Order: sequence, then structure tokens, then C-alpha cells
Amino acid sequence: MVSELINANPIVYEKKERRARSAPSDYSDEYAAEPIDQQEVFDHVRDIKDPEHPYSLEELKVITEDAIEVDDVQSYVRVTFTPTVEHCSMATIIGLCLRVKLLRSLPSRYKVDIRVAPGSHASEASVNKQLNDKERVAAALENPNLVDMVDECLAPSYG
Amino acid sequence: MELYEGGCDLKLLETLEGHSDRVWSLAWNPATGASGTPLVFASCSGDKTVRIWEHTPSPSATWTCKAILEDTHTRTVRSCAWSPSGKLLATASFDATTAIWENVGGDYECVSTLEGHENEVKSVSWNASGTLLATCGRDKSVWIWEMQPGNEFECVSVLQGHTQDVKMVQWHPSTDVLFSCSYDNTIKVWADDDDDWQCVQTLGEPNNGHSSTVWALTFNASGDKMVTCSDDLTLKIWETDNVQMHSGDGYAPWRHLCTLTGYHDRTIFSVHWSSGGIIASGAADDAIRFFVGNKDGLADGPSYKLLLKKEKAHDMDINSVQWSPGEKRLLASVSDDGVIKIWELVSLSTGNGY
Repeated sequence: MVSELINANPIVYEKKERRARSAPSDYSDEYAAEPIDQQEVFDHVRDIKDPEHPYSLEELKVITEDAIEVDDVQSYVRVTFTPTVEHCSMATIIGLCLRVKLLRSLPSRYKVDIRVAPGSHASEASVNKQLNDKERVAAALENPNLVDMVDECLAPSYG
Repeated sequence: MELYEGGCDLKLLETLEGHSDRVWSLAWNPATGASGTPLVFASCSGDKTVRIWEHTPSPSATWTCKAILEDTHTRTVRSCAWSPSGKLLATASFDATTAIWENVGGDYECVSTLEGHENEVKSVSWNASGTLLATCGRDKSVWIWEMQPGNEFECVSVLQGHTQDVKMVQWHPSTDVLFSCSYDNTIKVWADDDDDWQCVQTLGEPNNGHSSTVWALTFNASGDKMVTCSDDLTLKIWETDNVQMHSGDGYAPWRHLCTLTGYHDRTIFSVHWSSGGIIASGAADDAIRFFVGNKDGLADGPSYKLLLKKEKAHDMDINSVQWSPGEKRLLASVSDDGVIKIWELVSLSTGNGY
């Protein structure tokens, strides 16, 4: 157990209303591939649980829909998250959770970059570098303790 | 006349499936591909196995998986390297060990396990004579091992100097000088001064080096040029004085020659220089690129030009590209998509391979 919380009293925000996915405009072909958009990627990651609080990343405003950039034609996603405190040592775990969730949710053609919001973290450059080094990510995902932590954050009970 | 003057094309010969996870690396057996010996290479993967592939010189000209090396490494096998004689294969794993395999009548036996790194081993390389082995890893260190009789390996030096994990080690092709590249953005050169291994040069940002992780390095055939590739999306060419290198203490300083920038769109994970002078690079943009020395640019010093760009060479990141030994130069590439592809670079004007 973590004896001392990194951020003991986070501000909790209201969840955004869940919008129904807009129906495709062309009914003639219901099997047509629908492009992946910002809202869809946001829906994949909004319910990830914070590693040290019983709140979702959305409730803590670590993730917002606007912080997700999607280019479906180029198969590219960039997620920019904002740790609740500048010295958040959980930032790499949150980033790892985001990467694993998108790895499991998006088609494999997608390239995903994950970064902390500019100015939101004391070690911004080193956190970003670590989160985007796929060899380090691969090694982390072979570490049972880290995998347990990630799986707990991704457990579907925080809907 | 240069063979590539009339343009060239990259022809896919075969796609090899078998690994059940991303393929990290491959190594051609240097003792194959000539005088009737069929080409052989090893591939290693996140599925914890190593596969040995052999070319069947039949009319159908196909590749078969001759052996699967499993149940030894307990985590990702990140890198593999054949000894110069082709008799031994070294495999480096995230399980903190390096295994040595011997080919005994077609069966591969693990004859030695090198332990010492604190955690993930990321790369392994044999020196030109096959007497020394180097390994590196996440613990920021580079280890040099000396081969003893009876497949025993003795650690002769643990080199500290990098400030972050070391991505790759590579011996110089003709002298016992070792090169390592790292997450700390530098390349370090290590030489033996009276049985005392030391860092003799650091190529970093202040001397026109890379501004992010250096993933790989490779030498040209004569060993007086080196190319490095990086997360900063560039390839850098370095040169040294060949005469000075082969006289006296075997070490001559390296200097930056030029930077190839604006070609790759994402991290460049692998680069390999063919003995014929063609640089192949593989990257996270799923593309393979080829570069050659540009003779037209001699007025402003040597430069390199893009020979060919193969987009969508794989469905996902390309982790390694390696030219084959032997009479007919093939290129193998491996990827996060789990497959290995065998390519031939052919000249459009002559229809011949390089």
C-alpha cells in the first residue's frame, strides 16, 4: 500500500455526458468503415482509474476530450494528459495505462504518442521520453507488479 | 558505372510467419551463403523464442524454420549474434541473461549462460576474431566477456560511463574497439589499453551527435565510416583515419561527417551498411530507406542521397534490417507485425540484384 499519497486531496470534476455515437450519414452501406474520431478515443480512456484514487482520469481532469488528437487517415493518435500535481510520480504509470488501453482498443495500424501537457510536470522531457520508448514499455509490461497495477487501473468497475 | 544509376526497386521474395509476438531482431549466419552453403539466419522475439531459418536452394526457393530455441529465456529475446565462424549463436534477453547456443548436427544446444547484468540485456556482439563478446543493458553498463576453452565465458570488464540504458553494442569489423549507443543520446567508443578497457571517446550532441536515443550503429566494409540512427529522426555518418587506426594502438578518433535528416517520420530503430556500400534503415514509420554515397556532391565534401524509399514495407514498426552475407545480397526485415520479410534490391536498368 502507498502510505502517503502523492496528491492527498485531488479536485474531482463532474463526468462529461456520454453522447451517443452519431449515426453514419450514409445508410446505404452499414458495413462501411467508420473513421475513428476524437470522441471514440476519449471513450476508450476516460474511465481508466487513477492509480491512487477511486476516481477516473476524466473525473480528475487528467484526460479531456480536447487533449486527444486523431488523424484516422494517417492512423495517428496523440494523447496529452495533465497530472494532478507537478511532481506526480504516478505520471509514468498513468501514461503506461493510456498506452496499454489504446494498444488493446485501436487497430494495430495506429501510431500512438503519449505525453504530459507542456508545463504540467517537473520532469516533462524525461517522462515523455520514457513513455514513448517502446523497448522500455515492452520491458515494463513483462514486469508482473507493473502489469497488476495497470490492470487494476483498467478494470471495468469504474464505468 | 554505378548499378543504381537507372533506378532500383525493392522486390519482396518471401514473408515468413511463425513468431507469435513482435520480432525484435535478426542475425545472418556469416559463414553461410557462399560456396554452396545455404543462407541461414536467426530471429528473436517478444514470444521468448529464437527461430533458425534456412534457405532451400530448390526451384521453389523457399525458407524453412529449422529450429525453435525455446524454454531457455523466460522473457523477451531482444537481440542475437552469430560468432564469426557461424558455430555459436549468442542471444540476449530481458531475463537478464545471455545464452550461448551451439549447433550440434542441426540441433541447437544451450552450452553456456552469461549472468551478471542486473536486469534486461538489450544487445550482444562478437568481435572479429570471435574471442570476445560484449553485452549491454538497462543497468547502464557494458560487459566484455572473454571466451575460454570449453565454452566458458569470463567477464573481463564491466564498463560504466553511460548515464542511461545502453541500447546496442557493436564491435568494429577489424579492430578490437567496441562501440555502444544509448538512451543518454551518446555513442561511446571503448578500447583496450594494456588489459584495461576504457572509454576513449564520447560522440554526443556537443560534437554534432544525436539529440535523442541512439538505437543502432553499423560500419562500412573498410571500417573507416560508421552510421548511427536515432529517435531524433536522423542518421549520422562518422569517419575515422583508417591508416592511424591500423597502426599503433588501434584507435583513432571519430568525427562527424554528415547528417541525413528529413527522411524518416518516426524513430529509426535500425541501420545496416552493406558491403557494397548501400545503407538500409528501418523505422517506426513502417518504411525502409536506402542511401548511397553521392559522388556528385564532392565539391562540398562527401554526401549521401536517398536511393529508394519503400513505404508500408511492414504493417507496423520495423525493428531491424540486415543485409545477408554471400554472393547474392538479400535484405531481411523484422517488425512488430510479427513477420520477417526477405527482400532483394534490384536494378531497374539491368534487372540484376546488387
